[in-house]
Formats: sequence, structure tokens, C-alpha cells
Amino acid sequence: MTVIPLLKKEYVTKLAEDGKRVDGRAFDAYRPISIETNCVNKAEGSARVKIGNTQVIVGVKMDLGEPFSDTPDCGVLSTAAELIPLASPDFEAGPPQRDAIELARVVDRGVRESEVVDIHKMVITHGEKVWIVFIDIHILDYDGNLFDAASLGALAALLTTKIPIFRMMESGALEKKDLEAWYERTHIEEIREIYSRPDFDEIVAKKKKGIIKDIRLPMTEPPISCTAVKISNIVFFDPSLDEEELADARLTVATDTNGDIRAMQKGLAGSFTKEEIQGVIQGALDNGRTIRQKLSESIGK
Amino acid sequence: MKPEKLIVDGRRLDGRGPSDLRKIKIEAGVLHRADGSCYLEWGGNKVFAAVYGPREAVPRHIQNPLRAIVNARYNMAAFSVEDRKRPGPDRRSVEISKVISEALQRCILTEQFPRASVDVCIEVLDAEAGTRCAGLTAAAVALVDAGIPMRDIPVACAAGKIDGQVVVDLGKEEDNFGQADLPIAIAPRTGEVLLLQMDGHLTVEEFNRAFDMAVEGCCKVSEIQKKAIMQRYHTVDEVIE
Repeated sequence: MTVIPLLKKEYVTKLAEDGKRVDGRAFDAYRPISIETNCVNKAEGSARVKIGNTQVIVGVKMDLGEPFSDTPDCGVLSTAAELIPLASPDFEAGPPQRDAIELARVVDRGVRESEVVDIHKMVITHGEKVWIVFIDIHILDYDGNLFDAASLGALAALLTTKIPIFRMMESGALEKKDLEAWYERTHIEEIREIYSRPDFDEIVAKKKKGIIKDIRLPMTEPPISCTAVKISNIVFFDPSLDEEELADARLTVATDTNGDIRAMQKGLAGSFTKEEIQGVIQGALDNGRTIRQKLSESIGK
Repeated sequence: MKPEKLIVDGRRLDGRGPSDLRKIKIEAGVLHRADGSCYLEWGGNKVFAAVYGPREAVPRHIQNPLRAIVNARYNMAAFSVEDRKRPGPDRRSVEISKVISEALQRCILTEQFPRASVDVCIEVLDAEAGTRCAGLTAAAVALVDAGIPMRDIPVACAAGKIDGQVVVDLGKEEDNFGQADLPIAIAPRTGEVLLLQMDGHLTVEEFNRAFDMAVEGCCKVSEIQKKAIMQRYHTVDEVIE
């Protein structure tokens, strides 16, 4: 550790012993969170999330393609994160580094394992044609706790995603028989409404924009991730950049609407006691409730 | 699909006249970590620019012992275009990064910072024709916000030809189906040209007209840039009794 983090650590721990944090928050409090959805017109779904000064933008694009050969009856989810040099003096251009890959994988797991996106309903023909969902995370401003910001951004973007049915028909990638096959598998009423329109063939032939309504991604209620770090035996929720750089250990807990735990991930070399872990879970439940509320408001529910 | 006409009754598809710009919004100092930053909306374009530096240029061998190097990186988000773009630089982005770097370098007093680099990151989040002009314009504001000494605040705008008529600031369809595109960047104080590219077909007379229109567009955008910067450093004039 070089001298500056060492000085900072002394300062942060001294304050913490008096029950204070550098920015005046309580130990279990989050910085102000804001979620703005539909901020990128070209994307199928998008969200800009701010947690304090940390800022990420997540865009979802969709395409049609072949499923993986071992999961012929599932759609494909693909998550990528870019720690672009815009966001911090320490980020460099080039192919994704270890940190970016870890971030993308943690977010990906959150979306995949919790089955927020119903990938079984994203199949058009078994083993041949499925929907592919690309989730791209761009970090704009890095001031700590990217995990929570990126997961929240991914959820908000997915919840506002509209499947680009018309665009795919325009390019010829999606045909009427595909829509029929897709409806047979999923029984999503909106799909049938589209292809059973009397003017369907005319709309497609004349490429009339804006008549066919794109339908929402099939989603279930998502779990919310909350992250805390431990510095000198004190647990800090939503670590700022300074706190994150000093942390001995990190713990992320994802909780669902029933108050159950859906995912946990510990990081860094330090350790937690059982009591500390229970404390983090309680904090994740409390903060998760308010964050979930914010997420619902942002998508207009 | 190509619209039948790009100009109907003297109005363009989005209702603009030949010398009207799209709506522009500029905000300076929007990112916390960057030394200087800017958010810019230009029609359907949404662009962030951040500046880091002057800082030591790494690796060492790229340093110039006499002046700072200017390193702009233009990058498009995967979700910024109709069909997802593969992340990372392609030949187009590399070229745009280069011409923007060179244009900015002309305005920065690089001789004041030997061996240093000024790093400019331009991120296009939403693209709709004219991203290089939007990117350069945003980068210029971010440089001012970072307090980098400059001769002038560079600014860019494009002109082009659609349906045989010369117009300023091409929109999406106009860019795709027009006959020519001429993006330029100038130093507005002296009128010096910092960036100029052209593709398509223009007569000499049309070129002259298009060039003048683009410069005129640059001057309008320059005013918005200055306003955005002043907004950021607005002083409150109040006397305490």
C-alpha cells in the first residue's frame, strides 16, 4: 500500500470509531440513487443509474440467432461491461480487463440465475432460432460500488426492453411462420394479436413503421443486490471509491420480494464473522426494499 | 428505405429549413472523476466527453520532450446504433479518433506540457448522423472544463447536399441518402479549419456554399458551447451588507 491510501485508511477508521463516515452517511445507508429509463433511443431498452457520483448506463440490444447446442430450448443472454477510460483516470482503453470481466459475470449471474428473463419463452424454433439479448454496461463515472449500480442498471434496462419484432420482420429475419411457432410455444397473447391482424401482410409488405407494437421482454420479479465492505472490522454499505480501495473484504447479497436470499458473493482477501454476515443480510433486506421501490417507480409501475 | 423526397416545399423531413440546425443541448462538468467533462445532445445524438490530464504520457516511448501529445478516443456504445455494434475500436472509430486528436491538438497549448498527454474520451451513446461533429464539439467543452490552456475553443458542424440542394447539419435519412457530406471543424476566433472531410459529389460552387454554411453552423454551435461553459462557472453577483 502506498502512502496516500495508508493516510486515508487511518482517517476513515478514526472516523468510523466515532461512528462516522467520510461523507456523513450512516454505515448502512446508501448514497442517493437515481434511475432514468429509456435514455437511449436506438437501444431496445436502456437505463442510466446513479449511486452518488457513480454513474453507469446500460443498453439492451436484441437479435435473432442460433441457441447454444447444449441449451436448444433457451434464448441467449450475453452481458458485457466496459470500464471505459472516460470513467476514471485509472481505466485504460483496450480489450476488457479482469475487473470488467468480473463485473460483467457478476451481473450476468444475477440476471441468469434468478431467471429474471424467462429465456424459455425466447425460443422460436427448437434448436434453430431464438432471441439473443445483449446487455452492455458502460461505466461513465467510477466512484465506487459498481456491482450494485451495474446490476440495478441491467434490471432497469431489461424491464423496459421491447422486443424489436417489426425491425426483425423488416430485415426478413422474422417471418409470419416464426411468429406462429413462437406463439405455439409461449402462448403470449400479444404475439397472436400481431400476426392475426387482417392488415398484417400489408404492413410487412409496405414496411409501415409504428403500427406493430413491440412487446415487452417476458420478465419475473427481480432480486436486488446490495454490497457492503469491511474495513478494520466495521461494515460499510454502498462503499464509496475511497472505502472500496481500503476494503479488506466485500460481500454482495441479493434478496427477493419474499425477503429470501437469492445470491451471495464474497470478494477480496479479508474475512467475515457469522454475525457480520447476518448484519449484511439484514442491511441488504432493508436497502433492497427501498431500491426495489425506486426501480418500480422508474419503470412506471 | 429511401424516402421519395428529402425536401418537400422547401422543408426537410424533420421540418427544418436548409440552414437550420437540429436542437443542441450542452452541459459542462457532468462527470465527477474526470478532470473535465461534457454531455451533449445534438438531434438524436447523445455524447459524453471526458478529459484527463495533462498527465505523464505512458508508455514512455510515446512521450514528446517538447510538447504534450493529445490522445482522443472516439468510441461508440454497442447499443448506440440500429444493429448492435461489436464493442471496441473498428477502422472507422480509429480514423475518427485520429482526425479529432489532430484537430484538438492545434488549439491546445501543448508546448506548455512537455512529456505529458492530454487524454480525451468521447463516448457516443446514441447515434444519429454527425457523431464526429458532436464528439469534437463535446470534447472541446470538456477541455475548457478541465482548464487546459487553449488558443480557441474548437467547434464542428457538417453541411451536405440532399435532393440537389445544399443544407447544413444532415439528419439520419439525409446522411444515408444524400449526395454529399462535408463535416468541418474550425477555430471560431480565426476561422482556421481544423478538420475537413468530404464524401459524395459537389461542384466547386456547391462546395463553397456548403463550406460557408458549415462555418455558419459552427459559429452558432460555438455560441451554445460558450453559454454552457459560462453556465458552469457562473458567478453570483451579490454584495453582503
